[in-house]
Amino acid sequence: MATNAYVPHAAGYVDNEGVKIVSSRFPYEDSYTLERSLATGGYEGMKKALRMAPADVAALVKDAVLLGRGGAGFPAGVKWGFMPPVWPRYLVVNGDESEPGTYKDRLLMERDPHQLIEGCIIACYALGLNTCFLYVRGEMPVAQERIAQALNDAYDAGLVGKNIDGTDVSIDIVLHWGAGAYIVGEETALIESLEGNRGMPRLKPPFFPAAKGLYLKPTIVNNVETLANLPWLMINGSEEYKKYGSERSPGTRMLAISGHVKRPGVYEVEQGKVSFRDLFYGENYCGGITDDNDLKMFIPGGGSAPWFFEEQLDVLLEASEVGPAGSMLGSGAIVVMDETTDAVRACLRVVRFFARESCGKCTPCREGTTWEEKVLQRILDGHGRPEDIDLLLEIGANISPGVYPVAAHPDSGLEAVPFPPKQTTICPLGPSSVAPITSAIRRFRSEFEAKIANGSASEETHELSGTSA
Amino acid sequence: MSRLNEENVALAHEIISRYPRKKSALIPLLHVAQEQEGHVTNEAMEHLAELVGVTPAEVLGTASFYEMFKFEPQGKYMVNICTNISCQLVGGEELLHHAEKTLGVRPGGTTEDGMFTLEDVECMAACTEAPCLQVNYRHEYRLDNSDFDKLIADLRAGNRPEIPDHGTLGAVRQHIPADRMAGIESPETAGTPAWFASRTAQSN
Repeated sequence: MATNAYVPHAAGYVDNEGVKIVSSRFPYEDSYTLERSLATGGYEGMKKALRMAPADVAALVKDAVLLGRGGAGFPAGVKWGFMPPVWPRYLVVNGDESEPGTYKDRLLMERDPHQLIEGCIIACYALGLNTCFLYVRGEMPVAQERIAQALNDAYDAGLVGKNIDGTDVSIDIVLHWGAGAYIVGEETALIESLEGNRGMPRLKPPFFPAAKGLYLKPTIVNNVETLANLPWLMINGSEEYKKYGSERSPGTRMLAISGHVKRPGVYEVEQGKVSFRDLFYGENYCGGITDDNDLKMFIPGGGSAPWFFEEQLDVLLEASEVGPAGSMLGSGAIVVMDETTDAVRACLRVVRFFARESCGKCTPCREGTTWEEKVLQRILDGHGRPEDIDLLLEIGANISPGVYPVAAHPDSGLEAVPFPPKQTTICPLGPSSVAPITSAIRRFRSEFEAKIANGSASEETHELSGTSA
Repeated sequence: MSRLNEENVALAHEIISRYPRKKSALIPLLHVAQEQEGHVTNEAMEHLAELVGVTPAEVLGTASFYEMFKFEPQGKYMVNICTNISCQLVGGEELLHHAEKTLGVRPGGTTEDGMFTLEDVECMAACTEAPCLQVNYRHEYRLDNSDFDKLIADLRAGNRPEIPDHGTLGAVRQHIPADRMAGIESPETAGTPAWFASRTAQSN
């Protein structure tokens, strides 16, 4: 029934050709209701799982090589295996989607909350735990409402809570509201927030959440999209799952392509089967760059990802291809920038995000991101100094020492530096702020130099509002 | 008086009952407080401290970390315009400037009539629908200046009844009937679920 068209009630979603593992119900306007869910195989995966031994469910997920869809791309089954035999233990669902350019978990929560709930129960069952917290970003009240209604209906229908589907299995899912903090997407910050604290990441090692997480008990934090895969996986099995995608990255990804393309949208795409070129220029996808302009650069995996350029267009969309090429697929957030884009201005905007969202715990990040923003702002405003370019790189090196991951540039004989970067901070937020800086300076140093050389005469200043925030 | 009212105290107790430790309920309870008054008051924070068994300073410590919590009166409608990269590329900053001129306030400011508070905000997960904004966290997509003007006119005229006042979050709340709840236990005393032990033993 794929029509390769926008689905009006699921803003931005494009119902294109290809297998649908997590977005199959999106074309239905009432996809978020229990009625639609049950009429289209909802909770069948859960019922199948409940007839299996918990360890067999976990083994199936491990065998399917279900890679985490939140950003790091770590196999969920392996992560689950890190839990020591200690109880109580908890599952925490990360629905705090806020990486710049990322738009897929909100759709999954708003359009198919029952699929997510079913995925949660399957995971809880496999992990042998009975309390799951579903942490949804505060600025997403529609997702909150849809999940609250879905949970209420599922509890009433005996699909969640006490004696699920008439069995001895009892599992609670508690909907939790965030309140606006990007850093809470980091799993230990998420746990702190869920404990009612300021959402600051915890130092690790020695303890990772799987061993000591929520209330210092074993805790698995999984992304919304990761868990949304489980119902299909249970029904169809791991062998069928692995028929889609690539060997190292089975299944699909929900990808949001935004910026300068003719048809921006959210597409469910098999991993490792299409390239960025296919996505940007293919008629089944974005249909070309806006106004048929030339591509200048693109972000392959959210604001934290080093930039790619024309030379990387043929990289295939899977973590194991994008990482060695010098960036990351991250949260499936692809931002396309054409030749009209001011590299300094774009760089500043991404850096400013990290400066605003730094939690302040680690000095290199708290001070570094702030200075990165100030220096970039003065360059853009025409007050840059000749030493500012090296100063930016020096500040970056304080946060992320060594050679920062970057894409290859054959014209200047530069090879790719693989992901991830090193860090002097507890979490990757600070190092992420270095990505746009090293990416932009390495490729567009002359633009920085021109702005500095021309000073305030270069052009009108780009007034960025709200810098007090 | 801006402690939680009677209805919200009952709601607070229900929310607290869903967490193994009371303090975990703090952020949801701060939302309840903000919903009641439009912003979070000192009295409400003192009340929440009593309800979850921490000090008022700890409540403020948590609340002040999160951008959604406001400690002063806000406009009836909070207009949050995204200027992050996906929106910037297609006119998010220009939209913000237009909004500043139209409303006559800078980001963080509230119009004199108390109708609108303007904010410039970070990515709101609608990147393919840029430039976008939220009114009291309800999304509006692909706006140009005239769309913005119409939105403001509609809000002033009361033509957008589906958007609740600032502070109001979900119109639907989770409610678990007591007889349907598996049971939330203290992390100090909770053990292996009986079903897991028996099913694991069976399979071995």
